Amino acid sequence: MPSITSTGAESGEAHVATSGSSTGHSRDRRPRYTVENPKKSVTLTVMTGLSALYCLLPLVWLVINATKTQADFVSSFGFAPGHRFALWDNIVEVFRYQDGIFSRWLLNTVIYVVVGAVVSTFLAALGGYALAKLQFSGKRVFLFVILGSIAVPGIALAIPQFLLFAHLGITNTPWAVLIPSFINPFGLYLMWVYTADAVPTDLLDAAKVDGAGEFRTFVQIALPLLAPASVTVLLFSFVSIWNNYFLPLIMLKDPNWYPLTIGLNEWNKLGSTAGNGALIQNLVITAALLTVVPLIIAFLSLQRYWQSGVSLGAVKG
Amino acid sequence: MTSPITAQHPASAGKRGRKQIGLAFIAPFGLLFMLVFIVPIFYAGYLSLFQQKLIGGNTFTGLANYTKLFHDAQFWDGVGRVFSFTLVQVPVMLILAMVLALALDSRRLHGTRFMRVSIFLPYAVPAVVSTLMWGFMLGVKYGLLGSLNDALGTDLDPFTPSTTLISIGVMVTWAFTGFNMLIFYAVLKAVPRELYEAAALDGANEFQVVLRIKLPALRQSLVIAIIFSIIGTFQIFSEPQILPSMVANSGITTHYTPNLYAYNLAFTGSQQGYAAALALVMAAITIAVAYAVQIRGLRNAFDH
Repeated sequence: MPSITSTGAESGEAHVATSGSSTGHSRDRRPRYTVENPKKSVTLTVMTGLSALYCLLPLVWLVINATKTQADFVSSFGFAPGHRFALWDNIVEVFRYQDGIFSRWLLNTVIYVVVGAVVSTFLAALGGYALAKLQFSGKRVFLFVILGSIAVPGIALAIPQFLLFAHLGITNTPWAVLIPSFINPFGLYLMWVYTADAVPTDLLDAAKVDGAGEFRTFVQIALPLLAPASVTVLLFSFVSIWNNYFLPLIMLKDPNWYPLTIGLNEWNKLGSTAGNGALIQNLVITAALLTVVPLIIAFLSLQRYWQSGVSLGAVKG
Repeated sequence: MTSPITAQHPASAGKRGRKQIGLAFIAPFGLLFMLVFIVPIFYAGYLSLFQQKLIGGNTFTGLANYTKLFHDAQFWDGVGRVFSFTLVQVPVMLILAMVLALALDSRRLHGTRFMRVSIFLPYAVPAVVSTLMWGFMLGVKYGLLGSLNDALGTDLDPFTPSTTLISIGVMVTWAFTGFNMLIFYAVLKAVPRELYEAAALDGANEFQVVLRIKLPALRQSLVIAIIFSIIGTFQIFSEPQILPSMVANSGITTHYTPNLYAYNLAFTGSQQGYAAALALVMAAITIAVAYAVQIRGLRNAFDH
């Protein structure tokens, strides 16, 4: 079963696609349809296009409404522009509101994401390498427990984690959000299968014969070979930590430690408290847009990696 | 394909210390895993044996929390709701994801790449933002449904006690169809294309290729997708937790889903022992259902 070649398959497809469109078929000849290059179907395109529309519509709505003033948001049609293009005003106001706490939330999120994703990816690489290439007793038991833990519902685990962390006195500190994010069982699994395929044991042995220690062999020989899988695990950790809601919701009380997701919902509650709260839906929507933009950029620019990561997980799993 | 477990090299079998070197590599993950997974579960099990009493504070009550939970109509109301939600949402989402993956893999689409990226994009959107967007969009006060009702003189409301769950289904399907589609698509791409050529030579039409080659290829990944989707929908929390602050009279109660109930018990009702019992029972139910699906799915896979 090809697993590492999935990246190759992706670029292979891209190659086919570009050569198909650039060289094309000469104009005087009717295109020949084959199994490899069947006739395009308008019906199928329209039907798939409807699904794409379902997926894009809310994001389009978000972008349009981030450009409206509060008055325009309330009065105008959802997909029509407002009387005034207020995107920049909204962004400035988002960063100013409540003494600029939004930038604090953004900074918190970046810290949680960067530290959490880097540490969890490194630990997964270290552990995956040990499972694939090194010996130790209890390996099978360890694997059984880790793979079993993938099926444990995360939220069912969060309340026990909160109770334990409260006992240890680390709730309402960044550690309460960071420590659970360091452990990514699925990342460990991906690293394990990837290491087994992509790191030749002979190469490791050669390095050890040359006198390199175990850790140096890992850092200098194995780690560079694991780069594609590392980027994949990093990307998925990045998304899950950036989007995490339940864990920070229960762990943190102090707004100064909130990530974006919790802060955003606090603002939403403010604006919606009918009667006495200030209506700041334009700020909530603009802040929501600012929250998703970095992720969408990361996804679009690192497409190759999440594709190969999903392939690796899917074909192996 | 050699199993990674057996792919150990004999060279290091010599020294005793060398044999255990892997432990040093796995230790950081293992120790943190204990702290984040194992210890909390046992600690929750311990706490679930206590109740907060007005007189006497935290007292040991044995399995009283569990007996109380089994007679708690609010808990079972939430469990029933996530069960029926799962029964509809998971098939709808996975069938849609499979159809889309087959459409992308057919090479018959204009703009395959654009479609693939667009449909996957919602996966990158946090549940909070997704709930805000859909809540505003579907809400009758500011949203499209309000405009539609004004234009047509209708009285549609996606957030009444009888329609809220459907709207949540629309949000969850929106968020996760693309991810599942991508998994199915990856599996389809791994099918050797010579099979399709051979089938075409044998005179098979495209429908037969889908039925005889592509769908059987998807079987195993479908079982895994079903398991993870069930685990996901059983945990549903963000949408019903956020929606009540956006729409009035949505029918969302404090025990709408088991996780929302556990959250409210632990943080507003300060019944931590009871919440711990609930979290453990819910985890057990989820794992039991996932396991049952896996056994069934694998047995079916062997039959074919």
